Amino acid sequence: MPKKGTKSKKKEVDDVPNQQENKLPDYLELQRTRVVCNDDAPIYVHTFICHSSLMAFHLLIMITFITLALHMFPCEIVCLVCLIYCLAYKLNFTYMHRYFYIKRLIDYITEYNSRLPTLGTFAAMGVDNSVSVEKFCKNFKIEINRLTEDDMEFDMIGIDASIANAFRRILIAEVPTMAIEKVFMVDNTSVIADEVLSHRLGLIPPLDADPRLFDYISVKSSELEWLPEGSQLSMSAPAHSGDKQKTFTSFSQSQKEILEKPLGVKFKDITIARLGPGQAIEFEAHAVKGVGKVHAKWSPVATAWYRMLPEVVILEEIKGAQAEELVKKCPVNVFDIEDLGNGGKRAVVAKPRACTLCRECIRPEESEESTEGASEAQESSAPWKQIELRRVRDHFIFTIESTGSLRPEVLFTEAVKILEEKCERVISELS
Amino acid sequence: MEHGSLDDSSSSTFSIMEEDHTLANSVRFVLNQDPRVAFCGYSIPHPAENKVNIRVQTTGDPAKDVLKDALQDLMVMCHHIRGTLDTAVADFRGNKPAEAMDIDLNKK
Repeated sequence: MPKKGTKSKKKEVDDVPNQQENKLPDYLELQRTRVVCNDDAPIYVHTFICHSSLMAFHLLIMITFITLALHMFPCEIVCLVCLIYCLAYKLNFTYMHRYFYIKRLIDYITEYNSRLPTLGTFAAMGVDNSVSVEKFCKNFKIEINRLTEDDMEFDMIGIDASIANAFRRILIAEVPTMAIEKVFMVDNTSVIADEVLSHRLGLIPPLDADPRLFDYISVKSSELEWLPEGSQLSMSAPAHSGDKQKTFTSFSQSQKEILEKPLGVKFKDITIARLGPGQAIEFEAHAVKGVGKVHAKWSPVATAWYRMLPEVVILEEIKGAQAEELVKKCPVNVFDIEDLGNGGKRAVVAKPRACTLCRECIRPEESEESTEGASEAQESSAPWKQIELRRVRDHFIFTIESTGSLRPEVLFTEAVKILEEKCERVISELS
Repeated sequence: MEHGSLDDSSSSTFSIMEEDHTLANSVRFVLNQDPRVAFCGYSIPHPAENKVNIRVQTTGDPAKDVLKDALQDLMVMCHHIRGTLDTAVADFRGNKPAEAMDIDLNKK
């Protein structure tokens, strides 16, 4: 999958390629770093292949051919082939013009090929779009906005969407926690069926236990014991007096010695079942370590999500009554009124971060469209055309809501560790 | 598992079990930044099977090494992210009494 849409040369090749300039023209810089939001559903479809002229198409063919052929054939032969191509398609060049044009093209492309390794998508412009590890480490920033026991909101700047998404997926599905898995019912005379009750018990937010101190349940082969006297499953139930009652689990030592504080449930006000008079429930439940992938009860976060930082830009000034309307339209009060000197009012962007990208401010008003007497001047200065909504591509606002077993920053650290472990696993498989 | 040709080690498909978009998309991103890579992409052959195919085509170097380097790079990036988060949390905790008035901007 190419990272962004493929680009053909935007500049005419006749211009001398300007290699001192290292900046993209503004509109390309915008495409590179921002996602522009229109008033329809958020569809990002931008193609860069210019369809306008046949000449561009032929140019593209020639450039592809030249790039490939230069590896094998010397420069002059490539030139000649291109010449023949032009003649065959009766392209509108004079003879000498064609030759020099093509030679220039070839020089340009050899230059491009030699510089390609460091540049990336915008190599033709001389702008570096690659993200090496050193650059990432230099530019990456985290800013924490809110950090409480249960949830946290922080900004990650300079990271790509694929990695941010990987963390979100790991937080939801692959950070292990403890949750009730097996329930041994002793007595249940309530109206709730056994299995429904067990299901509810499993869904109680994962216990206040640090899952890092526990291991997954596994039966080790050392526990298999040879039975020389045949089966030991007893037919009759109660144990003889004096013998230890057999239980389904065997702990070598009490867990009290390992954990500092007693295990408990974090939220004490969850109703498991309602009882009527004379009803009783008695059970023993075993909590087990697991991951959210297997069952959602083991997910350590209520949820975790991210959004890109919104950017609201007012292209032309919005004044007076239109400004007031705009401020009223926005449901989260992104805009604000600034008083100019002589009683005039102007709309400014006060809180771009609060924008939910609902696109109310850029939606054309229907009353305007239906009136036929609307003058053109009024149409062009319509406030919805003067605002541009964008999202910054590499600035993510992450929110993590934990259910309580681990603190949110610890959860995120665990998620990063899990991604590292996955990489290590694949590396060791490859070697 | 690597599927490639015997004489050309510069392009091959790696089929990895028990993985999904989480790892594959991140690795694909890091691979794309490597100048030795001519083409890279991933696909999931069937959503019911826990398998992912990562295709790597390089400009000469063996694809296995390039993939290994990309995974190492990803690990370095993760390390760095962890370190940055720890410092940020420590800073935030240190400044918290002063910042108690600075409620987050999204709340009204």
